[in-house]
Amino acid sequence: MTVFLIYKAILCVLIFAVSLGVAAYATWWERKFAALLQDRKGPNRAGPLGLFQPLADGGKMFMKEEIIPNVSNKFLFILGPSLFLFLSFLTGVLIPWGKDFTYDGHALALQLTDINVGLLYILGVTSIAVYGIIIGGWASNNKYSLLGAVRASSQMISYEIAMGISIIALVITAGGTLSFREILDTQDAGLANICYQPLGFLIFFICALAETNRAPFDLAECETELVGGYHTEYSAFKLGAFMFGEYINMFVSSAIMAGLYFGGYNFPFAKEFYHMIGLEDGSAWISLIGAGVYLIKTFIFISVFMWIRWTLPRFRYDQLMNLGWRVLIPLSLLNLAITVLVEIFIRGTIQL
Amino acid sequence: MNATNTPMDYLPIVMMFLVAFGFVATTMFLTHKLGPKRKTKIKLESFECGIHSEGNARLPFSVKYFLVAILFVLFDVEVIFMYPWAVNFKDLGLPGIIEVFSFIILLLVGFYYLLAKKALRWED
Repeated sequence: MTVFLIYKAILCVLIFAVSLGVAAYATWWERKFAALLQDRKGPNRAGPLGLFQPLADGGKMFMKEEIIPNVSNKFLFILGPSLFLFLSFLTGVLIPWGKDFTYDGHALALQLTDINVGLLYILGVTSIAVYGIIIGGWASNNKYSLLGAVRASSQMISYEIAMGISIIALVITAGGTLSFREILDTQDAGLANICYQPLGFLIFFICALAETNRAPFDLAECETELVGGYHTEYSAFKLGAFMFGEYINMFVSSAIMAGLYFGGYNFPFAKEFYHMIGLEDGSAWISLIGAGVYLIKTFIFISVFMWIRWTLPRFRYDQLMNLGWRVLIPLSLLNLAITVLVEIFIRGTIQL
Repeated sequence: MNATNTPMDYLPIVMMFLVAFGFVATTMFLTHKLGPKRKTKIKLESFECGIHSEGNARLPFSVKYFLVAILFVLFDVEVIFMYPWAVNFKDLGLPGIIEVFSFIILLLVGFYYLLAKKALRWED
């Protein structure tokens, strides 16, 4: 029991620190990757390859003057970004980073916790994140902020429906479980879920872009129309909280996609590979290699997010809403129907 | 079924809750203390591209956003109803599929009504 508690506490702080670190270095990678795509150098002054740039940026955000407009609602103005950052940490708790390992006779999981309503928990927490944005935007009492917040929230809720339906199809494919770990384990022996759910993955990916307010769905903060969108009035660490929250959300949703559709810590011929280098089941190295593979997959997804940002132009608002309501919702229902047919006639889950 | 549902499973979530809450509260407090404070009247005005801000920002805005919010509640509740079916897909079998798809068809009738009423038209 004590071992369990201490281990969970260490893991909790570790996952927290990794999320923060990845979010910080995602800003560096975003700038470096943009520079690569646009044939320039990107940050290269602070340290080798500009690697200390995120630290400098973080320090700057701490030391800047914070401005709270005198027309704003002060309590809500502070609550908005705090809630947004806080909730972005809470979405990441369910991700299983690697297989179980045994240490000193105790079986330990490289996952903070595995609850049987896992996917519902993730959907729930991500939908509360809308409040952070709308509270922050409304409390600023600035026209741009209000418009940005209203846009962001209606966009996020619109895409949540299609996301929910595509997850239902995934749950059916995975054999009726909402637990994150069990969905990963079904992909251990068989194929990754992307093979069964290509359309579902596409819908989930588009919805994840819209949920994290990334380009081409970044209408909530499009600088050509709304200055800065919902965080126009924010400065110092409150602006930083919005930015950090956004990058952590990106990290977590990339990890969720890599896990649900691409097998997470599993990779082809994993068992043979572990056997070849002479690792036994339950070795901590297997968990670590799995976590490394999972992080690489997540990193690829983060890079794809950034690649899309520098490739596609921003949507117009009516196009965005049309895509969400008229295209993605019918398409996700179609995907659900196809999934059911495949389950009956090809995989034979149900006997007629 | 490996995944259990004991209160112990939720303890790590509480832990993360405390860590994240502590972090956010401390940094919010610290940055409030650390930064310089040179407030002027103009700096504290809300930003409006350099001109003096006019009136209150909490103006009425397009009713379509409210429509979207109401429709979201309807559709999201309907989606939530499908989750228990997805989890028990195998046990419910063919009768379950028929029931859920008749439910989805009812949902689509409502959806068609929305489109016909142009509730989701943003062009004009």
